[in-house]
Amino acid sequence: MTASHLKIEDLHVAIEGKEILKGVNLEIKGGEIHAVMGPNGTGKSTLASALMGHPTYEVTSGKVTINGEDVLDMEVDERAQAGMFLAMQYPSEISGVTNADFLRSAINSRREEGDEISLMKFIRELDSQMNFLEMPGEMAHRYLNEGFSGGEKKRNEILQMMMLKPSIAILDEIDSGLDIDALKVVAKGVNDMRSPEFGCLIITHYQRLLNYIEPDFVHIMMNGKIVLSGGKELAHRLEAEGYEWVKTELGIETEEPTEA
Amino acid sequence: MTVELNLAVNRDAVAERATRLGEPAWMITKRQDALDLAPTLALPKVEKIKIDGWNFTEGSTELENVTGLTADIETLVGENRDHLLVTRNGQVVHAQNSEAANGVIFTTLEDALKNHADLVEKYFMTEGIQVNEDRLAALNAALMNGGTFLYVPKGLKLTVPMQAIYTLEQEHGALYHHGIIVADKDSELTYIENFVSYGDAPHNVNVVTEVFVEDNAKVLFGGVDTLAKGAVTYMNRRGVVKQGGKLEWALGHMNDGHTVTDTKTHLVGNDAFSDTKAVTVGRGDQKQNFNVRTDHFGKGTEGFILIHGVMKDSATSIFNGTSMIHHGASKSNGVQTERVLMLSEKARGDANPILLIDEDDVMAGHAASVGRVDELQLYYLMSRGLSRKEAERLVVHGFLQPVVSELAIDSVKERLIQVIEGKVK
Ligand SMILES: Nc1ncnc2c1ncn2[C@@H]1O[C@H](COP(=O)(O)OP(=O)(O)OP(=O)(O)O)[C@@H](O)[C@H]1O
Ligand SMILES: [Mg+2]
Repeated sequence: MTASHLKIEDLHVAIEGKEILKGVNLEIKGGEIHAVMGPNGTGKSTLASALMGHPTYEVTSGKVTINGEDVLDMEVDERAQAGMFLAMQYPSEISGVTNADFLRSAINSRREEGDEISLMKFIRELDSQMNFLEMPGEMAHRYLNEGFSGGEKKRNEILQMMMLKPSIAILDEIDSGLDIDALKVVAKGVNDMRSPEFGCLIITHYQRLLNYIEPDFVHIMMNGKIVLSGGKELAHRLEAEGYEWVKTELGIETEEPTEA
Repeated sequence: MTVELNLAVNRDAVAERATRLGEPAWMITKRQDALDLAPTLALPKVEKIKIDGWNFTEGSTELENVTGLTADIETLVGENRDHLLVTRNGQVVHAQNSEAANGVIFTTLEDALKNHADLVEKYFMTEGIQVNEDRLAALNAALMNGGTFLYVPKGLKLTVPMQAIYTLEQEHGALYHHGIIVADKDSELTYIENFVSYGDAPHNVNVVTEVFVEDNAKVLFGGVDTLAKGAVTYMNRRGVVKQGGKLEWALGHMNDGHTVTDTKTHLVGNDAFSDTKAVTVGRGDQKQNFNVRTDHFGKGTEGFILIHGVMKDSATSIFNGTSMIHHGASKSNGVQTERVLMLSEKARGDANPILLIDEDDVMAGHAASVGRVDELQLYYLMSRGLSRKEAERLVVHGFLQPVVSELAIDSVKERLIQVIEGKVK
């Protein structure tokens, strides 16, 4: 088994009693990049949030393991310690806590007491990653995400990923709200992480991101399930034709959005 | 109304003690009158918590003599020992005043009553806090067993901070401390005080501090209180600011026991200015009431109040902020903000901003918020690997940051960050 292996089996998730995920199966191994696409409201963010342990998402059944360890048994911070990372669709803002202070605490949380990263080393690494992501240095000293533009927040999520070096990263609409240059920068960040020790799940609506980050697998999610999986050509077809053909081909009845 | 206070001392004992200390006759009379008055006065007015049951007076005013500086005190002392006053159990153990040659008086009140009695008489509970304000103020005058007198003469602008550390180190002891700080006309001073006590055994700390900012003088007042869980504390601080004077309070209410504080500023002169910044962290089952008030009397006065408090565990804190613009104080501006963050279900916080305006041509504003910690923020931080505790710690620092970062005195800022760290751990 590789050092990075996330396995999701028959995952069911409910929010406030309403079932959103209805049996998701997915396996992500080190070196692989998976893309999940699908219409709005089909449960993509729900999958990401449930995997990370978001408090309002209730896993009703199923199994998730990372490198053989039971993820669903872990607290949120333990999941991160185990190597998981989620770039959120809507990152929180934390007033009064600088980006740099936060990142340093996050890095140190993975290290033993007494073995904290030295300030010099931290600054060097932060500087170089921020350079790589073309972020102005002052953003390190701004309060975490406070007043950041949509695109700046996304870039900041990627910065965190690069500093924390997870083994499995889930990127939820990391491309939304990004201008074309920012999109390239973010893609550069993800590609830089590519290695046999790194597996990635990219949630996106647009083929364009996948031009820059070439996925090994593309999955289509509908009604809380992965209904179709394939290679990157699947994304091209979606871009060209939309989701109608998937429904017709698979005989899927989409729920009315208002229906409970 | 008269209550039975069951004090261990009577008029004679008060006079006997004051005489033994060599206090002037007017002081002895003042003490005795205050003692008689106390049972007829009410406790300080608080909102939404009951303090009747708190034992403000059980501690003994006879405190053991201790000497030297403890390791704990050493950590509070900055670089400069030559403008430092330390009292332990109300008695002086270190007193250095490098500015004496320039006419600065920085000494215990006991000493000032012997050597500068006229000055003390001018300021002791005259224009500032009144003996009959509440029962605990009266008891402070009657039972005072510790105190400070700081006087900076006209025109002298001190650049070094005058620091003071006051400890109470006796179970079932009571410290009645009276501080007087005077910045004479056109002078400037920075004064920093730390009140410290230890242990869970009951003890009492009753502090009255009067700060006088004469015409065009400027005072930075920093206070970090870290009284222990066993302490029942009454902390009454008053500023009187004359024409063009400026008073900035930078306060850290970091006690672990039940606490009532009053921080009031009277802007009596035209164009007087005050800024009150305070932070607090409540934990355990302590209850605290913080009254902060600015009274605008002079024309063109400005008063700002900014308080942030964090409540953990089942701690309760009530913040009452009042800006009172009196008739005649035209062109004045009163602004206040109180914010409370609760970290647990059982914590309670309340913020009551009050604007009282008796004049047309003024500006005033207030903002208040009381809320629980945002679970999504904690989730976000934890998703990066921080433990819940560490995530809370960051959120708390972030919440207090707007006040802490604005404190005018660096050493107070640093000390506070340390104490906050210890309290949110
Ligand atoms: N707190 C909530 N309460 C009730 N329903 C919710 C809640 N959060 C999400 N949902 C519902 O769950 C469903 C799935 O939402 P989710 O955010 O996972 O969709 P998505 O696939 O990420 O959509 P998008 O592409 O728009 O981001 C939606 O119908 C949404 O309205
Ligand atoms: Mg989504």
